[in-house]
Amino acid sequence: MTAAFYALAGVALVVLGLYGLSVQAHLLRKLLAVNILGSGVFLVLVSLGGQPGAAPDPVPHAMVITGIVVAVSATALGLVLMLKVAAASGRPTLDDAPKEDRCPKE
Amino acid sequence: MNLLQTGFDGLLALGLIWLAWRALACPDLFRGIVLFIAFGLLMALAWVRLEAPDVALAEAAIGAGLTGALLLAALARLNRTAAAQTLPREAWRSGPALLLVLAGAGLGLAVLSLIPEPAGLQAQVAAELGRSGVSNPVTAVLLNFRGYDTLLELLVLLLALLAAWSLDADPPRREAPAGAVLDMLLRLLLPVLVLAAAYLLWAGAHAPGGAFQAGAVLGAAGVLALLAGWRLQPHLTGTPLRLAVTIGPGGFLLVAWAFAAGRPAAAGISAGTRRRSDPADRDPGHPVHRRHPGSAVPGLAARRR
Repeated sequence: MTAAFYALAGVALVVLGLYGLSVQAHLLRKLLAVNILGSGVFLVLVSLGGQPGAAPDPVPHAMVITGIVVAVSATALGLVLMLKVAAASGRPTLDDAPKEDRCPKE
Repeated sequence: MNLLQTGFDGLLALGLIWLAWRALACPDLFRGIVLFIAFGLLMALAWVRLEAPDVALAEAAIGAGLTGALLLAALARLNRTAAAQTLPREAWRSGPALLLVLAGAGLGLAVLSLIPEPAGLQAQVAAELGRSGVSNPVTAVLLNFRGYDTLLELLVLLLALLAAWSLDADPPRREAPAGAVLDMLLRLLLPVLVLAAAYLLWAGAHAPGGAFQAGAVLGAAGVLALLAGWRLQPHLTGTPLRLAVTIGPGGFLLVAWAFAAGRPAAAGISAGTRRRSDPADRDPGHPVHRRHPGSAVPGLAARRR
């Protein structure tokens, strides 16, 4: 029962993270969304790995710990890239250039 | 009692979802980050409920602590570059939302159909635990049974650091010195943090804890020192620092190489992945075994950062 609760919460977090990632424009907010999405995946992984009554399976636990460290590395790199984008373009978003800039008129 | 636990689990799951939603939706970015940190702490509580205390420690130290500090530091620098003009509040987009709700319903059904899955690796891990050199199964998996994951993860950390250094070539701005209170607090806290990290590393062999959590506590101490305005001496930031960051992966590779070189040539470098099928490992009296006691592993653990 516990596993079902947390597995469904993990699915909800994945959905929320995907929504934030696709709708929010601010890059910092997108990084938050990716982190929430990752937390949802970890939650599903661990809650499906344990059975009621049995000893918890240590392999998903170890993989999630590895995943948490990789997520913080990726977040740090993403933050540096975001600062670079903001310093270069003046906006912390990935705006598309206006159409006429990209396709010169004939 | 059972009803109480079920109610607690339900409240915790709802709280997680609500905090995630608010962190993504609230217009103030600073508040969003603070809510995200709270979300990480609730995640740690959820790991405890799922009987994963090692993950709970890692989540609290890394997921909530370090990530939160990094996000806040980045937000502060974003404000300084005057690039943080408030964006128009994102409108509710019903198209993607509908699509994602459908995808989520499908995912939820798929996940629920997986729940009575009987297969797990706990029996195999328990059977081999005595040979790993530690008694905490999660540490055994991390540093022994799936050592490749941990090695590659160290390389990911190193790669992220290299990329950040290469991109972030701006000379450090002169910042206002932090207050004397923070400085004094840090002088008191730093030895405690180092001691706590050493304890976590030592405890990881037989109890929840381990190298990751210890490394995260040390990292938090470093972030705190940076916030207090402490900087490395200029003569330490060049080659000595670069050499220092390679000690972790280098030591790991050295141990792996020494371990592989001591094995018969046929087992070679892939000894870790062939462990299950290696006849030497089935037979406790095999000469390979006597040459490689499990005590090689704590040496590995001591080198992890």
